[in-house]
Amino acid sequence: MNAPVNLEQLLPLADHRHLDHLEEEAIFILREVAAAFERPALLFSGGKDSCVVLRLAEKAFKQRVSGNEFKGKLPFPLVHVDTGHNFPEVIEFRDRRVEEMGERLVVGHLEDSIRKGTIRLAHPLESRNGHQTVTLLETIEEHRFDVLIGGARRDEEKARAKERIFSHRDSFGQWQPKEQRPELWNLFNTRIRPGEHFRAFPISNWTELDVWLYIARENIPLPSLYFAHDRQVIRRKGLLVPLTEVTPPEAGETVETAQVRFRTVGDMTCTCPVESPAANAADIVAETLTVTVSERGATRMDDRTSDASMERRKKEGYF
Amino acid sequence: MSAVLNPVNAPAVTKIHQSDVDTTHRALRFLTAGSVDDGKSTLIGRLLFDSRAILADQLDTLAKRAAGQPIDLSLLTDGLEAEREQGITIDVAYRYFATKQRKFIIADAPGHEQYTRNMVTAAAGSDAAVVLVDVTKLDLSVDDVPLLAQTRRHSLLAHLLRVPSIVFAINKIDAATNPGDAFRKVSAALEKFASAAGIRVTAVVPVSALRGDNVTQPLEADWYDGPSLLQVLESLPTVQETVEAPLALPVQYVAKDGDGTGNNPRVLWGRIAQGQVQVGDEVQILPGGQTAIVGELRRAGEPVATSVAGESAGLLLDRQVDVSRGDWIVAPGAATPRRSFEATLAWIDTEPAVIGRKYWVRHGNRWVQARIVAIDHRLDIQTLAETEAHELSVNEIGHVTVELQAELPLQPYADNRVGGALIVVDPTSNRTSGALLVR
Repeated sequence: MNAPVNLEQLLPLADHRHLDHLEEEAIFILREVAAAFERPALLFSGGKDSCVVLRLAEKAFKQRVSGNEFKGKLPFPLVHVDTGHNFPEVIEFRDRRVEEMGERLVVGHLEDSIRKGTIRLAHPLESRNGHQTVTLLETIEEHRFDVLIGGARRDEEKARAKERIFSHRDSFGQWQPKEQRPELWNLFNTRIRPGEHFRAFPISNWTELDVWLYIARENIPLPSLYFAHDRQVIRRKGLLVPLTEVTPPEAGETVETAQVRFRTVGDMTCTCPVESPAANAADIVAETLTVTVSERGATRMDDRTSDASMERRKKEGYF
Repeated sequence: MSAVLNPVNAPAVTKIHQSDVDTTHRALRFLTAGSVDDGKSTLIGRLLFDSRAILADQLDTLAKRAAGQPIDLSLLTDGLEAEREQGITIDVAYRYFATKQRKFIIADAPGHEQYTRNMVTAAAGSDAAVVLVDVTKLDLSVDDVPLLAQTRRHSLLAHLLRVPSIVFAINKIDAATNPGDAFRKVSAALEKFASAAGIRVTAVVPVSALRGDNVTQPLEADWYDGPSLLQVLESLPTVQETVEAPLALPVQYVAKDGDGTGNNPRVLWGRIAQGQVQVGDEVQILPGGQTAIVGELRRAGEPVATSVAGESAGLLLDRQVDVSRGDWIVAPGAATPRRSFEATLAWIDTEPAVIGRKYWVRHGNRWVQARIVAIDHRLDIQTLAETEAHELSVNEIGHVTVELQAELPLQPYADNRVGGALIVVDPTSNRTSGALLVR
């Protein structure tokens, strides 16, 4: 877990005072979700962005007892779509945090959708990332959630740059970029018809650097793979592919051990680490200030296939 | 540090003093307005590129598309597949960059005439507007340079929505035969127009987005000694809530604070629209009218003694009162709720506004039904002249009289954005159809 950070030491590098305003905005959005909807839920994958949203939700709805400990209960359950190809340390972290916080976790299993036949894999090792949408929408339907809170940020990707804070989904769970509701001031139009739902993005206006600064400032617990560790990897097309049972080496490839950390954490079949000695959040802040490759560009195999791959997935109901 | 060399109309120019610049470190949110080919995308691309907000892999993608030619920075803001197919931008996009001084959020609004709604969306909540003026589209042979209709429309819209700072960026200045002369003439025309329309101009800066001149690096020219566009942006104030005013807080969320003993006090959460609140203050609930004393205050999971405008506060009152989401907590006697009001209405739905039809409106955190009882005028968006009208179509703006099904504590938009702004929602389609600014 990350060590406490002396922000004053980082100050010459990064001004963090704007975080107060970002925090205020995010908490405002979270309370709006709780107040305006009947059956909200918060997507919690154990990824850093969802860990930040979770901390913001604790601040919005609970009372701090000390450090990382809050009393009270969130007014909504947590939801995770488990592809069955998640990194084990992330699942372990997810379950531990849920237990520590005493919250309810709803898990949608991709395996269940495969068994039901609503997801058909082209081959057993196919990336399950894109297929998550089916399980996500099935979970929403089963639990009749009318809004899902997510940790997506507008700086991640250009389809996300046009995303609303409160984003409407039709009864098929689809995003209609041309039909987006204009968002004026903070007067969110959350009116909804039965069967439709919303996605709400409290950290829309945060950047990758803001997220790391906030993690450092709040000392937010994260899965260990976000920090430097030794891992067996395969170098493939400029990416470091982690060696796992679902990503074996191809013919002619060699496996090596490298010191790496993950910048994003998703499905094992499409998430790659970067080489880094950064051992805590402060190191990562320092690295992020000098980084030259975008978060998704460095780590995602699926977003490299086409300029518009995120947009297409989002239209289908992806997060 | 106004960038205008010889302001024709001195009162129209606001000088920026260091003391005006806030100290909250809030990101400056500004919108960029310009039409196709004005170089808006190139300008934004330039700001992102020069501030290192563009990373290597994103540049790689551009380099591949450029196929050996110089990289086209305008492609950095290239939007959705759906937009590329049509060759237009259809929606507001948000971009982020930072300098050593501050953080910025660009609300990039497409500038076509039919997308006034995008500009309204981008302008609501923006601290500043950068209006692009393409110098190559202007007739510089005359002394009194006529401005383009779109320049007037963009600045009038920003003015109407009370965007606090309006900056004109005279683009493609490198393409003018005599840049100094062109800058002087266009500046004079802008000042003259702004002064007549009552628009306060914060600055006029010459730029070449394509070459990068005077965008992030000051221009080296004998005819200009003002700041770069980025220097202007770094010095602008963000919108600040008024603390020195009677308390007004729209209740956003009512939480039960159960301790298991059956004693369940309720925490009334809301973002303070103006004024401040302290433990021990007497407050009044609207529309109920009851008063109570603030027994406890919270903020983001911690107890606090005081909270000010712009912050979300949680109030625990000393007695049981009937409060729900949408109510207002105010300083006793400070607000007078009304059932009808006059407003500026910006219509953004393809179905025209219908007099007498019931719509939903949202004010603060309350939804009430409302009717437009009269359209008093339509505003000519080129000149702001009032013309007679009986309906308002998409992208039109007018002065209207609205009647509400329940009383609301309204304030003029000019005095308080929270108290004076409403959205209109079509009850059938649930589309956001209009924006109301209380006059």
